[in-house]
Amino acid sequence: MTLFASQIVDGLADGAIYASLALALVFSYRSTGIVNFAQGEMAMLSAYLVWQLMAWGLPLIPAVLVSIVVSFIAGTLLYASIVKPLSHASLLTVVSVLIGLYLALNSLAGFIWTYTIKPLPSLFPKAHLQFGSFSVSAETAGIIVVVGLVLLLLYLLFETTKVGLAMRGAASTPDSAVLVGVSVPVMLLIGWGIAAALGALSGILVAPRVFLNPTMMFGVIIYAFAAATLGGFDSIVGAVVGGLLVGVVENLVGTYVPWIGPDLKIIVALVLIFGTLLIKPDGLFGRKKVVRL
Amino acid sequence: MNVVIKPRLPIAVRAIVGAALAVVFLYVIPFVIPNYLVSQFATVLVFAIAIVGINLVTGFGGAITLGHAAFVALGSYTTAILVVRYGWNPYATIPVSAALSWVAGWCLGFPALRLQGLYLALGTLVLSITVPPVLKRFEGFTGGVQGLNVGNPEAPAFLPIDDSQWIYFVSLAVAAVLYVIARRILSGPLRRALVAARDNQLVGAVMGVDRATLTTATFAMSSLYAGVAGSLYAMIVGFVSPDTFNVMMSLSLFVGAVVGGITSLNGAIVGAMFIQFVPVWASDIDVSLGGLVFGCALILTLVAIPAGIGGLSERLFIRARLGWVEGASAKRSVVAPVGSAQNEPA
Repeated sequence: MTLFASQIVDGLADGAIYASLALALVFSYRSTGIVNFAQGEMAMLSAYLVWQLMAWGLPLIPAVLVSIVVSFIAGTLLYASIVKPLSHASLLTVVSVLIGLYLALNSLAGFIWTYTIKPLPSLFPKAHLQFGSFSVSAETAGIIVVVGLVLLLLYLLFETTKVGLAMRGAASTPDSAVLVGVSVPVMLLIGWGIAAALGALSGILVAPRVFLNPTMMFGVIIYAFAAATLGGFDSIVGAVVGGLLVGVVENLVGTYVPWIGPDLKIIVALVLIFGTLLIKPDGLFGRKKVVRL
Repeated sequence: MNVVIKPRLPIAVRAIVGAALAVVFLYVIPFVIPNYLVSQFATVLVFAIAIVGINLVTGFGGAITLGHAAFVALGSYTTAILVVRYGWNPYATIPVSAALSWVAGWCLGFPALRLQGLYLALGTLVLSITVPPVLKRFEGFTGGVQGLNVGNPEAPAFLPIDDSQWIYFVSLAVAAVLYVIARRILSGPLRRALVAARDNQLVGAVMGVDRATLTTATFAMSSLYAGVAGSLYAMIVGFVSPDTFNVMMSLSLFVGAVVGGITSLNGAIVGAMFIQFVPVWASDIDVSLGGLVFGCALILTLVAIPAGIGGLSERLFIRARLGWVEGASAKRSVVAPVGSAQNEPA
């Protein structure tokens, strides 16, 4: 029973990381209808930036904050320079450019920081929290708390501020938003910035667990894709619920289904993605797309 | 109403181009260039076959797949397992690979029908990522991480050529047959049906295009190409291992298809050469340069020459031909020459 409970908690921590990256995907998708294949690589670069800043002598926490801010700016620049010009391009062009970006960013990290793995210190102490007979590592608990806090901040931003309202408007009905004085391009810019910042957070949380290397987001982005698909690509709640579900299911299947085991866990993502798309293509929380002819 | 001209170069020009190509492929590549390059060119042909498959499904079928290495893996492992575990003649495994991957493609065609655009790209990408772990898991059958040793087929004793030249000629023969088949598929009513279904499903349906059958059939055909490519690949390399068929191979094939021209069958060979040789040259300079060049080439191709290198040269030929014969007025009457339709909004 303790094993089961600890698998669930571990799953929630993994799920929280998937959720933050899935949220990044959802933010860029909601604002521009594009699934950003390169999101994971951007997150990887953000994690490297933390390492670089620390190598230059900055303490961990300020380095993390600087990296998240820089990622936000990089996200807006990416939108302005590459995504916006693509807004009327064909799907093939969009996919190709994002795949190109993915390949280029991945190699760029290898080019600058080489392919040898680098340690990135964890944000959390190496302690264990004891609840009766049940213990949980500070890192696991910390990840859940940090992602939870970020979600709360996002919720407050969207529900209580004018900017949040404008962003929701720009995402749902851009034409009407313009009429009430919302600058849609600026809102999309902010959307991509937030996406990059959320991605950075996921990268910074993943790096201490797997060591920094150019392919470290590989195993994460797949589950984030699965999470976003499961929750519905246009739903913020969906991304969070999807992320947590994927994290828990992945851990339980890896532990309790011997046929799959830890090596074949990736099949969980494949099954979830194809299953969701075939049974309920809009995901659990997504809105059905209606096209007026 | 505009008349669609089928532009053709004069017989003389076509004969010269054809003869030049024949000399290059039948003499220069197998006999003149250094021997170690010959098997690399055999790999180029294999990539070209797989890229023609992507041309079919993505260029004309309009379904973006980022997971073609999965079918290449299917073909490769079919050959490897039949040869190693059941003692088959390697050439006899090619039809089996073709049949199996055709069936697998047909099966994937069904979800592909429901998944539109981005979702299909995503799904196939994840499919491709799943392949190496699955191959490693069923160790008893696939040889696991160690892979399987297929061995290179030997040249027949009565021919004065060595093994790498022999497998090059085998690949060339298969590639030529598959190229001609693709050409036949893409000339005539089937091409129009495909393009209609791709560019506007509703209009296509009104015209009587059965999109469901068409999409599954295109998928099946395209994975047949990838499967056959996989069989040949196993014979050229003489060895299969799970990590060969990773997502990088899928993405390389996609890069090759786009750079060569997504709707250009002739461009497939250009794209194949690009993905075979650029990483080799680039890694001499820096390990990470290959990926950087791939990424930038993908973006630059789409910005500068959306029709790809093959599409661009085909268009230049058409332009030249029209200039010679039809005069300025005819230029306007060409409706959608090869490789232009992808620029139009879907």
